[in-house]
Amino acid sequence: MSTATLRTPLCEVHRQEGAKMVDFAGWEMPIEYTGIKQEHLSVRQDAGLFDLSHMGEIEVVGSGALDFIQGLITNDVTRCAATQCQYSTMCNEGGRVLDDLITYRFSDERFILVVNASNREKIFAWMQGRRPAQGVELKDQSMATALIAIQGPNAQAKLQPFCSLDLEAIRYYHFHQGEAAVAGKLALVSRTGYTGDDGFEIYCQAGDAEAIWKALRGAGVPPIGLGARDTLRLESGYSLYGHEIDEQTSPLEAGLGWVVKLEKSGFVGRQALVEQKQSGLKRTVVGLLMEGRAIPREGYRVLRDGQDVGRITSGTYSPSLSKGIALASVESTCRPEGTNLQVDVRGRAENARVVKPPFVAGSVRRN
Amino acid sequence: MIPEDLRYTKEHEWVRLSNGVGEVGITHFAQDQLGDIVFVELPPVGTRLEANKRFGTVESVKTVSDLFAPCNGEVVAINTRLNSDGDDFQPELINQDPYGGGWMIKVKVDNPDEVTALLDARAYGELAKS
Repeated sequence: MSTATLRTPLCEVHRQEGAKMVDFAGWEMPIEYTGIKQEHLSVRQDAGLFDLSHMGEIEVVGSGALDFIQGLITNDVTRCAATQCQYSTMCNEGGRVLDDLITYRFSDERFILVVNASNREKIFAWMQGRRPAQGVELKDQSMATALIAIQGPNAQAKLQPFCSLDLEAIRYYHFHQGEAAVAGKLALVSRTGYTGDDGFEIYCQAGDAEAIWKALRGAGVPPIGLGARDTLRLESGYSLYGHEIDEQTSPLEAGLGWVVKLEKSGFVGRQALVEQKQSGLKRTVVGLLMEGRAIPREGYRVLRDGQDVGRITSGTYSPSLSKGIALASVESTCRPEGTNLQVDVRGRAENARVVKPPFVAGSVRRN
Repeated sequence: MIPEDLRYTKEHEWVRLSNGVGEVGITHFAQDQLGDIVFVELPPVGTRLEANKRFGTVESVKTVSDLFAPCNGEVVAINTRLNSDGDDFQPELINQDPYGGGWMIKVKVDNPDEVTALLDARAYGELAKS
């Protein structure tokens, strides 16, 4: 791992906007601008702008690209058509999660895998180590690529005036790419996001990021930091690497069975996942809604009738609900909705109820 | 920004001493570092406080932080708007008015000299800058 702090092409812009900057996965990133609650509610009610240029983009090119990816990820990439995106996990031989990622399919011979910043170097090395001698080329495009997201029920209305693509034509988890696509710059635009609201992710050349960012800021779209990004994803029940999933956790135990296609032959980790499923899953991830005002935090113990049944993997105050919410890794028997559990909050057993995420129904399109 | 008439701890609490009773809160610097405050845990009236020991908790959206007693004494009042179960629940007062409406507890101090020996505004200002 490199030790020098990395900066996105928008780092100076964030500082000028008065953002609080923090180190995140080796990157200097904005955690908040005006306050997490206000930023969160801006996205839920209108639209907000995120700099996600720290994310990794790994390009896979060649006649063997499709088979190569199919052999590494748990989802079935043959079900992802050209100009479509697909969420997946990548596992090690033991069926534990190396990373979660989104595959962008341009053609049978060209893909981009969007991976977490914290895992970019690990995943690139993992893929290089398994690359066939011929027919697959890998390029880490992360440093050359910027990523700006616009999210919220009004994201499309705010972005369209700056966009030469017809956004209405981009369906959920699909993308279009074009010259002069956004603010006169070449960009790839996908209807994807991590907030539970409708919105788009805009990939562009690093040098074009500022023009796109400033165009949308000029239209009054407020900037949103990583703090609100976390509360938004948690209200939507989305997993975050290092919390719900890591190299100690299988995707089946993390509630991500829907991106594990065991009927697919020969992908790394398949055998271990088949065996785990056959022997029965002992753990699962559930949503917890607190009854009182206590806020569950990562690492707090989860109890049922005084017995330890698991741990909070992510917990926060929900700005939409004004209540504590959490994702927790618990014994499978705790899965039924409505199950009454307790969270050990600094020695006090606070009541919580198992609910099926999302905690908040956002404006995300499902078609 | 840092009121001259208060005393301060290194843990970013302030004390306003008047007739042997100290009003206690957290500083503007502390609330700014924490961000949006959403929950506060305070000790019940009558609790004995021991200087430098944890007496409560303040939580922002993203983090949990302990509160430390600035001196020895007994809690004689708490700001119920910070931790009530009712409609007047307004923990954001700590963000909006840290030296006024965001006060946390009132303490009958054992020895007022303990409070005057705490940091003055100038010394605290140096600390909060570094």
